[in-house]
Amino acid sequence: MAETEWEPKIVAFCCNWCSYGGADTAGMGRFQQPSSLRIIRVMCSGRIDPMHVFNAFLEGADAVLVTGCHLGDCHYVNGNYKAQVRYQFLEEMVRELGLEPERLQLNWISASEGEKFANFIRDVTAQIKQLGPSPLKPEGVN
Amino acid sequence: MVKEVSVKEIETADTPRIGVFVCECGVNIGGVVNCRAVADYASTLPNVATSVVNKYACSDAGQSEIKQAIKDHDLNRVLVASCTPKTHEPIFRACVEEGGLNPYLFEFVNIREHCSWIHMQDKENATKKASELVRMGISRARLLEPLQSTEVPVTNKALVIGAGVAGMQAALDIADMGYKVYLVEKNPSIGGKMAQLDKTFPTNDCSICILGPKMVEVSRNRNIQLMTYSEVEEVEGYVGNFRARVRHKSRFVDVTTCTGCGSCVQKCPIEVPDFEFNEGIGTRKAIYVPFPQAVPLRAVVDRSVCIDCGACIKACESHSINMEQEETFSDLEVGVIVVTTGYDIYDPEPTNDFGYGIYDNVITGMELERLLNASGPTMGKLVRPSDVRPPKRVGFIQCVGSRDKKRNRYCSGFCCMYALKDAQLIKEKYPDSEVYIMYMDIRAPFRNYEEFYDRARDMGIKFIRGKPGKVSKDTDNSVIVRVEDTLTNNIYNLELDLLVLSVGAVASESSERVRQLLKVSRAADGFMMEAHPKLKPVDTTLDGIFIGGVTQGPKDIPYSVSQGSACAARATRYLAQGKATTEGITVEVDEDICVGCGICVPMCPFQALSLADGKLAIIKALCKGCGTCAVACPTGALQQSHFKNQQLLAQVRSVFTFEGE
Repeated sequence: MAETEWEPKIVAFCCNWCSYGGADTAGMGRFQQPSSLRIIRVMCSGRIDPMHVFNAFLEGADAVLVTGCHLGDCHYVNGNYKAQVRYQFLEEMVRELGLEPERLQLNWISASEGEKFANFIRDVTAQIKQLGPSPLKPEGVN
Repeated sequence: MVKEVSVKEIETADTPRIGVFVCECGVNIGGVVNCRAVADYASTLPNVATSVVNKYACSDAGQSEIKQAIKDHDLNRVLVASCTPKTHEPIFRACVEEGGLNPYLFEFVNIREHCSWIHMQDKENATKKASELVRMGISRARLLEPLQSTEVPVTNKALVIGAGVAGMQAALDIADMGYKVYLVEKNPSIGGKMAQLDKTFPTNDCSICILGPKMVEVSRNRNIQLMTYSEVEEVEGYVGNFRARVRHKSRFVDVTTCTGCGSCVQKCPIEVPDFEFNEGIGTRKAIYVPFPQAVPLRAVVDRSVCIDCGACIKACESHSINMEQEETFSDLEVGVIVVTTGYDIYDPEPTNDFGYGIYDNVITGMELERLLNASGPTMGKLVRPSDVRPPKRVGFIQCVGSRDKKRNRYCSGFCCMYALKDAQLIKEKYPDSEVYIMYMDIRAPFRNYEEFYDRARDMGIKFIRGKPGKVSKDTDNSVIVRVEDTLTNNIYNLELDLLVLSVGAVASESSERVRQLLKVSRAADGFMMEAHPKLKPVDTTLDGIFIGGVTQGPKDIPYSVSQGSACAARATRYLAQGKATTEGITVEVDEDICVGCGICVPMCPFQALSLADGKLAIIKALCKGCGTCAVACPTGALQQSHFKNQQLLAQVRSVFTFEGE
């Protein structure tokens, strides 16, 4: 029997108002996606703590996605701008750690952009499948 | 209820007893995910007291089962794995509250939109993923804490932004229910797009004849305070307690004394194209009254073209003109906001669609409305722009700017009907004329619309199913349209005196500005997005803010009026109750850990945080619970309730398992 293909584990932090809604809209539109994604819902992308992102990597995430409302559309005025600033710090840390840059991605997805959400997950999953498991993934974790 | 909560509160400090309910949602989830297997897996996890499958968890029976299980198994946490919290979280929170638990001791796991619907061909992996999602939810549920939502008073006034037909209807309905309404309109007169139309389908009623009395009714209603030529500049606050700043642009005319007599207009020497009301076909003066039925019937000065000659000031008997008039501001306090900011007509000029902007005799549907209108620039005499002679052969091209992947994918809905109407009006006025409608599909779905289409056929209007490929100009300024009738496979070269583009609706810039001000979601088509496409068509995801009319997407007049009334009914619920419940999720500070560094204070966009005596003070009523400040806290003293670090980290951790676990 052929061995089943390796499926990465991707952790996405989604804000309640936009990107989580985008994931819902993708579902409502039945846009099929790989089963690699695990969503952590927060109220605002401004709540996404760099510590949480690193924790996800240390626990075994093959990629971590930071998502939120389009700039200018934040439900809480400007939380996504703060997320963007923190993301820049994260990007630098990912580089320092020697992780491939594809393993950390930022995307602004509105609640109506179901197709965009699905395409994003498909693209990221394909990229990570190419890269293989994260070098930070502890042994024996899946 | 509160008493019960406090009893449970003590209990939750002890061992969590979680009830897991895996919903099949008929075949929506059950057809893909093996719900039995998911429930069985959940029952093996620590702290799970019971784990069962529901056919429909949200049904009456499903909810009763949950409430019964809370009693039978002495549950202190409930986890439902079903659809999306965006629609169903309030339902299940209310259910567990009825079952005797604090509503925040409920955890939602989405295994429909985020699992069964997106892995329809991969049942095995879908079941595996659903189990993992439930595992993540359980790890979070263990750490949930009870929260108290707060009741806030509601200011019993409403703000309606945009006074087209939808906004007028909303304002009238709210006012007639006995509440004060501020109706803000950016233009000098209310009435919106409907005021510009000649007739309305399918009855061919004169548009302004049915709208005019309604406009007067709005101005006479004692509960409506009309603010024309005004724009909302700032909005802050939350349901029940919004504060809005409105800018009243300078009209340079005192509206309280101006009588709208028009003497000033007669004396004004400056004449410019009238883009505001007549689509640039006719002209207006630098000082003008927008249109004869305008409400308020008052003059306004366009200072961008005025030469300060003073002729109008001399002509005005009531001394109402004041060229020094400055803009003013009003600060309003309202409980609810209705947004009816309307739309723009699709502009074919930048891309010269079908020769528009190149050939004089290619016009838009709205330009045709003004040419047909008795109070329009030609007094209702239809002429073609190049030589001002009545056209003998008129063609309509449908779906211009709509149903086109390069422009807008959506159908604007009303263009078929207005083309049918205008074609009939032309035939009525000039029975000898030839009228062609070139279409992809004719969409005529509501009462008397199909009959209206039949009538157009009976009148001899010719229908050609096909989208023209080429438009060119003949020597006498006629337009030649090359089109294939895809029903007969004949190719025609139609020689037309006048070509009308049936342009659709697009989201307007002014709407977009209001949308960003209020933080209403934007749909893919650019219009504002409703909270639920079927069940909450005029609500937004923001409590106390409603959208109606074409603001929400293209629709015709009856539909817009219905939505205006719907907005009024939805909004008035808050006003009638006089109170609203705000989210219990806020930030909390552990004063023992807080060092008073103040890093968090500027993080808050709502000014909920301040330092007092070296410690952080939080105004709970202002906190909206985004949690941005909690990330900034260097000591971990500041935590967002319901999304505490430990709760989120537990969820992240349980994404993964060790081999053999």
